[in-house]
Amino acid sequence: MGEVQRIFYIHVSSAWTAFLAYFLVFVGSVGYLWRQSPRADDLAQAAGEVGFVFCSAVLVTGPLWAKPVWGIWWTWDPRLTLTFVLWLLFVSYLMLRSYVSSPGRAATLAAVVGIIGFADVPLDYMAIRWWRGQHPQPVIAGGEGSGIEPRMWVALLVTWAAFLCLFSYLLWQRLRLAEARRELSALRRALAIRSPED
Amino acid sequence: MKSLKIISAIFVKDLRVEWRNRETLASVCVFGILVVFLFTFAFEPGREETLRLLPGLLWISFAFAGVLCFSRSFAVERENSCLEGMALAPVDPGLIYLGKMLANLLFLSIAECVIVFAVSLWYNFSFVPSFRWFAPITFLGTLGYVAVGTTFGAIAANTHMREVMLPVLQFPVAAPVFIAGIEASTGALKGDPPSSYAGWIKLAAGFAVIFNVLSYLLFEYVLEE
Repeated sequence: MGEVQRIFYIHVSSAWTAFLAYFLVFVGSVGYLWRQSPRADDLAQAAGEVGFVFCSAVLVTGPLWAKPVWGIWWTWDPRLTLTFVLWLLFVSYLMLRSYVSSPGRAATLAAVVGIIGFADVPLDYMAIRWWRGQHPQPVIAGGEGSGIEPRMWVALLVTWAAFLCLFSYLLWQRLRLAEARRELSALRRALAIRSPED
Repeated sequence: MKSLKIISAIFVKDLRVEWRNRETLASVCVFGILVVFLFTFAFEPGREETLRLLPGLLWISFAFAGVLCFSRSFAVERENSCLEGMALAPVDPGLIYLGKMLANLLFLSIAECVIVFAVSLWYNFSFVPSFRWFAPITFLGTLGYVAVGTTFGAIAANTHMREVMLPVLQFPVAAPVFIAGIEASTGALKGDPPSSYAGWIKLAAGFAVIFNVLSYLLFEYVLEE
């Protein structure tokens, strides 16, 4: 495969990170509906936004690799289809958040969508797997004969660790931003109550 | 017993509204038939291809008819703030969901019958031999689709981009039900033994159960203001 093979590390690491991000959207959504804590909603929103970036990275690096290796940009193979569905779930989640005007309502409705979307991922996986049953097994954990070299494993895990650090950093920054925004609007409200003539 | 009364109150209310203005059902049927009509120009199928394309064609027109049905279902409730009225009613919101869902199920099923009739007429295709399996498959798929559509219809009614938001929300989530519905219908219409597509029927049934239960539980949060 040559030089282009190196994209594999970025691609797989982004994919795992994107799925992890969607799991965090689910955790945040359940937490918000259960405890009504704005922190949980911040987590869901931040994971949704950062996860969207990683999921887009998967969909961009995938075709870049596939064109020279498979000769085509895209095929409706189970993993590709599932990643695309995940990307659509991220998009619909973020779109919903921006189309509801009241912030409290947006958080509740987004939490419902986050939970329903998460419940959908395993069903999607099963349906797509059966639908394209004739396609080759995935490279990793695909049974006898498939698999990657031990040294590649090291490289892959190191890349994934790096991606997880990047993801955590972005998530952390996004959470701090949400916190600061909430503080700001609370201060604004307090100020408006104290001086109603403004 | 009391729950059944609440569900039927919502259900009968939707039927009565529909009976008085006759808007939803007519527009949903016409829209579904239009999809079939446009499809004819796109593919101009001969006898051989008909069998291969038919399940996909049917489910695509069911999908689009459903979008119209679910968005109408809550557009009606927005007038005179009926949604707020329902949210304030001292009943389990899950029961309100079940009432709305059953009304949508009835409307979409009627529209599907009309679409199937039009298809069998235009494509000279008889559904009678495979009806015993095709009908329950379609019903199960529709049950799951309506569960997702009713909840997302209520969510989309809260946004200021309703017409866009509903399909964007529901199509990715309803993807398994379309795949299962198309695959199982293909088997049924070809006359294959049911055991060859039993897995798809189970998937559609599982989808219907999971999403009806989830919607029942989560509808409280969708309605609250």
